[in-house]
Amino acid sequence: MPGFFPNMYYGILLAPLLGFVINALLGRKLPKPLSGGLSTLAVFIPFLITCLVFIDLTQGLQMINANLYNWFSVGGYRVNYGFLLDHLSVIMILIITGVGTLIHLYSMGYMHDDEKYSTYFSYLNLFVFFMLMLVMSNNYLGMFIGWEGVGLSSYLLIGFWFKNQNYNDAAKKAFIMNRVGDLGFLLGIFFLFFYVGTLEYHSVNKFLQVSPLPTEIVTIIALLFFVGAMGKSAQIPLFTWLPDAMAGPTPVSALIHAATMVTAGIYMIIRSNLLYSLAPIALEVVAIVGIATALYAAIVGLMQNDIKKVLAYSTVSQLGLMFLALGVGAYTTALFHVMTHAFFKALLFLGAGSVIHAMSGEQDIRKMGGLRKALPITFATFLIGSLAISGIPPFSGFFSKDEILAKAFEQHQYVLWGLGVAVSMMTAFYMFRLLFLTFSGDFRGTSEQKHHLHESPLTMTIPLMVLAVLATVGGFVGLPHVFHIPHYFNEFLDPVIYELSSNATDHAHLSVSTEWMLMGIAVAGALISIGIAYSMYVKGKQVPAEDHQYSGLGKVIYNKMYIDEIYNTLFVKPVQKVSEILYKIVDQILVDGVVNLTARFTMISGNIIRTIQTGQSAFYILAMVLTLVFILGYFLILQ
Amino acid sequence: MIAITLLILPAVAAIITWLSGNKWANRVSLLAALSTFVVTAKIFLDLRYDDAVQVISYSALWIDRPLIYFNLQIDGLAMVMLGLTNFLVPIIVLSGIGATVNNSKTFYALIMVMQAALNGVFMASDGFLYYIFWELALIPIYFIALLWGADDSRKITFKFFLYTLAGSLFMLLAFIFLYLRARDFTIDTLYNLSLSPTEQIYVFLAFFVAFAVKIPIFPFHTWQPDTYTASPTQGTMLLSGIMLKMGLYSLLRWLLPIVPFAVQYAMPVVMVLAIIGVVYGSWIAIQQNNIKRLFAYSSLAHVGLIAAGIFSLTHMGLTGSVVQMVSHGVNVVGLFFAAEIIFRRTGTYELGSLGGIRNVAPAFHTYFFIMLLGSVALPLTNGFVGEFMLLFGVWQYNSIIGLIAGTTIILGAVYLLRMFQRAMLGQNNVVTEGFKDLTVAEHLTFLPLVFLVFFLGIFPNPIINMVRPVIENILSLATK
Repeated sequence: MPGFFPNMYYGILLAPLLGFVINALLGRKLPKPLSGGLSTLAVFIPFLITCLVFIDLTQGLQMINANLYNWFSVGGYRVNYGFLLDHLSVIMILIITGVGTLIHLYSMGYMHDDEKYSTYFSYLNLFVFFMLMLVMSNNYLGMFIGWEGVGLSSYLLIGFWFKNQNYNDAAKKAFIMNRVGDLGFLLGIFFLFFYVGTLEYHSVNKFLQVSPLPTEIVTIIALLFFVGAMGKSAQIPLFTWLPDAMAGPTPVSALIHAATMVTAGIYMIIRSNLLYSLAPIALEVVAIVGIATALYAAIVGLMQNDIKKVLAYSTVSQLGLMFLALGVGAYTTALFHVMTHAFFKALLFLGAGSVIHAMSGEQDIRKMGGLRKALPITFATFLIGSLAISGIPPFSGFFSKDEILAKAFEQHQYVLWGLGVAVSMMTAFYMFRLLFLTFSGDFRGTSEQKHHLHESPLTMTIPLMVLAVLATVGGFVGLPHVFHIPHYFNEFLDPVIYELSSNATDHAHLSVSTEWMLMGIAVAGALISIGIAYSMYVKGKQVPAEDHQYSGLGKVIYNKMYIDEIYNTLFVKPVQKVSEILYKIVDQILVDGVVNLTARFTMISGNIIRTIQTGQSAFYILAMVLTLVFILGYFLILQ
Repeated sequence: MIAITLLILPAVAAIITWLSGNKWANRVSLLAALSTFVVTAKIFLDLRYDDAVQVISYSALWIDRPLIYFNLQIDGLAMVMLGLTNFLVPIIVLSGIGATVNNSKTFYALIMVMQAALNGVFMASDGFLYYIFWELALIPIYFIALLWGADDSRKITFKFFLYTLAGSLFMLLAFIFLYLRARDFTIDTLYNLSLSPTEQIYVFLAFFVAFAVKIPIFPFHTWQPDTYTASPTQGTMLLSGIMLKMGLYSLLRWLLPIVPFAVQYAMPVVMVLAIIGVVYGSWIAIQQNNIKRLFAYSSLAHVGLIAAGIFSLTHMGLTGSVVQMVSHGVNVVGLFFAAEIIFRRTGTYELGSLGGIRNVAPAFHTYFFIMLLGSVALPLTNGFVGEFMLLFGVWQYNSIIGLIAGTTIILGAVYLLRMFQRAMLGQNNVVTEGFKDLTVAEHLTFLPLVFLVFFLGIFPNPIINMVRPVIENILSLATK
């Protein structure tokens, strides 16, 4: 029903916006449960509305697409506030608002003692509003509103405890690095607008199907969009902001920096799947950047000792795998992993939050250990999350990750497949290293901390339990072919994926035996990794070394391969240096010097000319005569 | 007739303000500025915007030899500029409540004179009359900067005065030349004048120097950071919020349509200069420690982009330039007001001495942050729409130049967030400990600005539609 957009659906956007406004203006005067409760409701209502749309979509509704209002139009270029509810955006909204509701609920417990409680919830609602704007818009500039808006919310929440300038630095870094990506996105929008004349997804796709653009142009647009995705989804080289972003409150890390915002880049590419399919070179770049990021982050993750840093690098690594999926043209598989990742990574972050809460703020796993007894629910759910991310069947992560690897294999990308398996093995290792060091063995903290240990309140454990269920069963909507059960997830998304006619023949599935073999290898690899972690940290009771004790390759990895330091030397320092040179030398001495010189020249020449004014009439007459002679002579010679 | 009230009203207001004495000057001039705003609103409602030819005009013979008319004309473009001027002047006057100004009757009287002159510049449709207003606007701001500025302002304002005056004299020469050719100064005659390419280039150079100094375009800008820093903040607001738009407006009104050949000829050079200004200004702003000087360099970057948009000779670029003139006016006044508030309470503009203001002044923090968002061009704020159109226009001219200009969205975030972090976030120190949150008058000053940051960002179409026919007309003249 294009053109028809019943008012109820605007509630999806209005509820979080209203939640933001109320909490921002009145929040401080409201009792805490009301402030947090309203904010949670503002995310839950959109969830309910979207469930209705989801049901309609399964019953044959194609999409709801409507232009609400003209934003601006200049010289034939029109941009509207327009919204689209289709199979893709509905899945995204369900993830955002579903996981979002749980994280809001969790925050009510986690942030209970914070003095800026209502400010926190207003920011969180603002984030949800912009995130929904991002996935609900029916055109790229609308997406860009959400894109930059979530960047702003992320900035506000990373720097939420703004008295700490290190946190503010992290927030600023996130915003600026994202802006680098945004410039790429914006330039891509210019190209698209100029060559296609519209930014609405459906018109763009129609245009691309009817009158294809030159491949170079399509490739440029796809690559520029991908630059945007690199920023938002923390891919090489624009990833270093994400580990720093852990400065924000832990539920924020769960919602923004794991489950939703960082997947915006993947959403964008799925949304533009026709464009990318027309630009094979761009897809190849996406795949390579994806696997490189996945590998790098997994390696660094092996040696981190901050519970949130491990999860942060794990997120970067998993996002890399999603881009790998996109790069081999498996768009729906990437979204499948977005969904399962949202479940298990949100679960892991919230679990980490529960641990940090119990440890009175401690984040170093070297000072934990043996928390299983004191935090039984947190432990059980964290274990489920770890199993899911490690790709152990039947947990959700197994199905989505297995599908990514299978698709790479199917496209004959055996190197990418092999590296992907390596990433999975490392993932299983660092996750169980984290789990064992935190929950098993003896407690290594202070006795005061030990005295304080407690399981978190229900507002925090209920979201953990719900997410644990989702992380367990979430993968069943997309079973591999060998089970001969329809892949519900891919079938649902079928309407938003454009098949190129040239690729239609190239659709051979893997044989059943190959598929079993691939699964076997991946699972065996994960189990081996877990076994190694078990023998090192449970049996061997190893504890990672102190900061200064690393050397050689270990030191390099422990220090994240010095990427931050390299960027500092290559970009930050030179930019500051050039700034000083431009100001002190170019501006104040050179440019202004020329101006002052002009003024001085005028004065000096004035002084010289003044000497002619002798005040003696004889001199003036002489000058007149000489001039006359000169002029006459000039004309005589000319004639 | 109503057009002329926009000159008479502020002029009379200047006299009344001066007579009312130091105690009442601020309030009297505020009242006067508000009534001028009401008249502007009335004109805004009377005007029809669907046709470039339909204008409100006033015409009278002024001097018959040389033939000079007292011609005023308000079309969509002039209306936007008048709206900006007569909206910002009351805000600027209002921002002075609570500040102590010596000899305030003269101070506010000068602001009123300034307002009359600015209105004149934007309405004049006779070249000579336009020139008179252009120079008239310089006099009050010169005295404001000189007499109420910082201790070192004597030398700085003298340089500012000489520099802009020298630029303007070239313009006078150009007008005299045009008169000799056309025997008339009226804008319609000048638009229809057919000049040879060489003549066009000379006229272009003369006009361009005048406008480039005023805007300012790199490398004619060195008067600007010092003047912005040394002037009293209300003077800086007048300069950056409105007066520099005289130059940008004049590019559209008096340059593009009169010497189209020369404009196209000089396009690459001007484009490069303007874009250098964008990157150069942003880059220098990164390491500035004085808030006002930082905003001055940031302003240099912003107006450079506006000039580049105009010289892209695209529909996008020209429209974006008008939208951004308004947005920049709103944002820069808000930012300088924030700087002024910090100075009133702490006595310093130095970032190194500040910090932690958010802890003690949450309301001020919120307004300041919203003005900052407008300035970093976040979507749904006023800065975004203009910047999008300008960059798109520049990109259409040349995609590489578009890319270089685009770095402003990164650099802008770098210097503004750094400034904000140092001044507002972190721990309090002795200087910022007792920082009082906003007074009622300060709230009232910020509120209309904040409203416009969002309103123009969400609904930019009113401005775009107002100027569409005028822009189309200018473009057709400039590209013929």
